[in-house]
Amino acid sequence: MMSQKFTSPILQATNLNLYYGTKKVVKNLNMKIGKKTVTAMIGPSGCGKSTILRSFNRMNDFIDTFSHEGEILFEGSDIYKSKIDVTEFRRRIGMVFQKPNPFSSSIAKNITWGPKINGYKGDLNELVETSLRKAALWDEVKDKLNDSGLALSGGQQQRLCIARAIAMDPEVILMDEPCSALDPASTLAIEDLIHDLKQQYTIVIVTHNMQQAARVSEYTAFMYNGDLVEYGPTTKLFSTPDEKLTRDYIVGRFG
Amino acid sequence: MTSQLWAKISPWQRWRERMVIRGLAFTAMVSIFTTVGIIFILGEESFQFFSQVSLKEFLFNTRWAPLFEPRSFGIWPLINGTLIIAIGAIIFALPVGLGIAIYTSEYATGWWQKVLKPVLEILAGIPSVVYGFFALTQVTPFLQKIFPNIEVFNALSASIVIAIMILPTIASICDDSLRAIPKTVRDGAYALGTRKSEVTLHIVVPAALSGILASFILAFSRAIGETMAVTLAAGATPQLTANPLVGVQAMTAYIAQVSMGDVAHGTVEYQSIFAVGLVLFLMTLAMNLLSQFIVKRYARKYE
Repeated sequence: MMSQKFTSPILQATNLNLYYGTKKVVKNLNMKIGKKTVTAMIGPSGCGKSTILRSFNRMNDFIDTFSHEGEILFEGSDIYKSKIDVTEFRRRIGMVFQKPNPFSSSIAKNITWGPKINGYKGDLNELVETSLRKAALWDEVKDKLNDSGLALSGGQQQRLCIARAIAMDPEVILMDEPCSALDPASTLAIEDLIHDLKQQYTIVIVTHNMQQAARVSEYTAFMYNGDLVEYGPTTKLFSTPDEKLTRDYIVGRFG
Repeated sequence: MTSQLWAKISPWQRWRERMVIRGLAFTAMVSIFTTVGIIFILGEESFQFFSQVSLKEFLFNTRWAPLFEPRSFGIWPLINGTLIIAIGAIIFALPVGLGIAIYTSEYATGWWQKVLKPVLEILAGIPSVVYGFFALTQVTPFLQKIFPNIEVFNALSASIVIAIMILPTIASICDDSLRAIPKTVRDGAYALGTRKSEVTLHIVVPAALSGILASFILAFSRAIGETMAVTLAAGATPQLTANPLVGVQAMTAYIAQVSMGDVAHGTVEYQSIFAVGLVLFLMTLAMNLLSQFIVKRYARKYE
């Protein structure tokens, strides 16, 4: 297995095993994710890529049968064992989900709710504007900030969810197939957005769309059946992969 | 040849199919005919009533005394009786019912979840006459310790037992509407670094608001229509009052009183129960329309 080496990774999984009940869905994962990189995780359904993503901010805690072995370090502290509260890790590691999931409140409140709960002391109106600008949604919604977030189109809702994540000023943004419920035009808008966001954030994106992985990411990890098969610069992984399994998947021989 | 392998469709089969459709359509019509019939009779008898008592007296007189001389037919004391009991019941039942629903849908696990729902169903299955004498024999004596001046028949004890009666309705509809909020919405909230109580109270409950309002109106409508418990607990003294410690007569209680008494058909007292029934019907109809409007207006649908 070839793995990417970063001297000061922001996220690091060491000897990580993830289970649903007795089923091991991720096997002995060792993986480092570099600061301010865009890393794509690809692989066929059920390979464990989403499970890994959702353990980076402990969203798997809500699944009763989930358990883990090994460690996940975020900025050097073990997110499962550290004394730091899980809510603080989730504040610093934001997430965008497969289906847009705005709250039923107004666009502005969608943005300000998380920061308010976490005791944000800055100007909330300013936060709404900067977050929406960063998510490339400001121009479309600036005149209707008090409308319901659910009144937006699917692609706008997903950008609102990205703005909501950005408003927490996270260091990492995890994206779990963020375009799978969107039309091609909205998908393009989100991909452009990822390009802008990587200046400032570390992004890990799970996708089943290989073209998307090739377009947006600098590094790609290919998972198969719970194993990290290959992990390296996206251009290399897609042009001259080391593993036969990777090549077969990329050319569409399975999956 | 296939034509020999498969039986021909017989006229009998076609006839049976038509009969099934007609039978089902007939059962559907029964409900429509009944509704139309009830509205017609309510309207007809009320018309008779209003040919003897002016609408002006009915709506603007403030005294209801149809059985004694001098008679008067001002509906407001009855509406007052109904509303003071129903509003009181809602004030008790809504916070408790919503609390139960939040607990069962968001927090309760294992033993609690196994026990709470069946207990609420038992509560819903208790006959209302039981609630009525429960009010008289238990609630009122208890209230007398707190309010020494309280009358034997009083609106407060009726409110309390009706609150208990409508609790399962509120809890169950609120529980359903809270559960209908998708897990993805909760995930989105947790991913912002928030805690369960914050997610529940700030995100899940507001998202379920239309269902919560609908439960409130349905329960209110039930409280308005409830008869047995209000007749037993609140008494038969029609009066305009905001004091829950005195006896009042609700519209339903008046109808029950006259229906059970020996009032002759065709008299104005007899017809008055149809007029009161019509008002009651219009009130519950308005509540139902309001609840539909609210569900439409506030429903923020998650697919």
